[in-house]
Amino acid sequence: QVSSAAAGGYPKRVKVVEVGPRDGLQNEKNVVPTPVKINLINMLSETGLQVIEATSFVSPKWVPQMADHTEVMQGINKLPGISYPVLTPNLKGFQAAVAAGAKEVSIFGAASELFTKKNINCSIEESLERFEEVMKAAREASIPVRGYVSCVLGCPYEGKISAAKVAEVSKKMYSMGCYEISLGDTIGVGTPGSMKEMLAAVIKEVPVGALAVHCHDTYGQALANILVALQMGVSVVDASVAGLGGCPYAQGASGNVATEDLVYMLNGLGIHTGVDLQKLMDTGTFICNALNRRTNSKVSQASCRL
Amino acid sequence: QEPQASGLPEYIKIVEVGPRDGLQNEKVIVPTDIKIELINQLSKTGLPAIEVTSFVSSKWVPQMADHKEVMRGIERHPGVQYPVLTPNLKGFHSAIAAGATEVSVFGAASESFSKMNINCSIEESIEKFEEVTKSARNMNIPVRGYVSCALGCPYEGNVIPDKVAEVSKRLYSMGCYEISLGDTVGVGTPGSMKKMLEAVMKEIPLSALAVHCHDTYGQALANILTAIQMGVAVVDSSVAGLGGCPYAKGATGNVATEDVIYMLNGLGINTGVNLYAVMEAGNFICTALNKKTNSKVAQASFSTGTI
Repeated sequence: QVSSAAAGGYPKRVKVVEVGPRDGLQNEKNVVPTPVKINLINMLSETGLQVIEATSFVSPKWVPQMADHTEVMQGINKLPGISYPVLTPNLKGFQAAVAAGAKEVSIFGAASELFTKKNINCSIEESLERFEEVMKAAREASIPVRGYVSCVLGCPYEGKISAAKVAEVSKKMYSMGCYEISLGDTIGVGTPGSMKEMLAAVIKEVPVGALAVHCHDTYGQALANILVALQMGVSVVDASVAGLGGCPYAQGASGNVATEDLVYMLNGLGIHTGVDLQKLMDTGTFICNALNRRTNSKVSQASCRL
Repeated sequence: QEPQASGLPEYIKIVEVGPRDGLQNEKVIVPTDIKIELINQLSKTGLPAIEVTSFVSSKWVPQMADHKEVMRGIERHPGVQYPVLTPNLKGFHSAIAAGATEVSVFGAASESFSKMNINCSIEESIEKFEEVTKSARNMNIPVRGYVSCALGCPYEGNVIPDKVAEVSKRLYSMGCYEISLGDTVGVGTPGSMKKMLEAVMKEIPLSALAVHCHDTYGQALANILTAIQMGVAVVDSSVAGLGGCPYAKGATGNVATEDVIYMLNGLGINTGVNLYAVMEAGNFICTALNKKTNSKVAQASFSTGTI
């Protein structure tokens, strides 16, 4: 007996969205200087990655690691064919981002009321109203907007999250005009079981071609969860070079899945990504040296025969 | 084994290899009483099979030099199997004398690996194992067969699926009740796992297959998921992910039992194993080894204070 998942196919191509310079660096203990950030993004631009999340236009009072957002945005080499989205939590951030040269932005929703309250001090409904201002301005400026939904497989405060709630928030953000919805397992508690259940609900409301998964490896489940998502037709996957970015909710635990480990798996499945794994590993080595830390990528660790 | 609506097995047997495969590949050697305590703790977790030790010459594997003492010293819980490695007839007799009631033999799908590891060809190793399985049959002792390098070899690189199928078939035909397919250097991916299993499943019944995945390249859980989607219902793992990779310095080896169970629990698959009890045993042995756990579930659970 072979399950339908195993008998089914995989997408021929997967778009890898690199979140190391933003999500990764924002959640690292050590802060790196602006030239290092710029060099990191420039190196990533040479690997074949098509999307590199560059920075976050949020007040440095809240996120000091991203205080240099304008300098980074203006300092990087913007290669043709590569998108450099930035986070914009509100209209003010959006305007600053566009002024600094951003051509794509991202907004962050959540499937948990408690998480939203703790994170940005309002309800989900209120957060979507704030985003509507950004959507309107983005529409007028012809700037694409990517929507993130946090806590899709569990919340550090509420625990279990219903798949129906994730579908509801995703649908709202998609209807508002986000071209893509990235579903985030924020604390990495998801498993192939919960991933499948959640995606089945979301796919009823949002076309699978507009979906991405953003898996955290805090419980070692990321690649297995990503595999299931691919089997269900998802073809956009977020990852962070060297697995940068720990988990703010579990001290010392890991966070983002490592781009190298993801690309290794996709290569093994014969799925095209356009990414040069060696160049990616070299970039990981660079940023880990700058951060004075070991890589979280197992592929990188294994390939380094010291 | 009736598949669930999802097509996955309802029950998966976890074979715990930490005390043997794990400890054999750790830098620090633990004293006999610590080994015994580890196995006794694991016996209380619900694990159905715990690989205890290896009856191999202490000249080659000093970490397992205390095999007799360990075998005789552990508590034997009803319903739990305690297999031991026996590379040849001599080791087999020694194991039986020490009270073993199940043994394992180790083949490989790569000639180079076989030569480098046990200094003989695959064919010669099979002949040695046949002596063991013949004796074992006479004594009603079950024998488990391992096939190393099922998804790649540290010396030969690529390993062809048909070769894995051929070696597996030899071991199964000589009387091994179960064949554990090992991704010895962890280079496998869901792609190569699928191809290899398709070839092996032509020769061996699914119910006699197990996968032994290494996490050296972070692919273990994805590979295990692929295997169970294809109907494999026996998975080897090591508490706390004990046992590094001897072929890639500093790299990890065995997949952590805790992380496997977490995934299987999330899939609604029954294992009979208490995850918290395994984490406690993992904590015990890591403290004794003075090292951090390789299990992400254990790391996260201890950090968030859920343990």
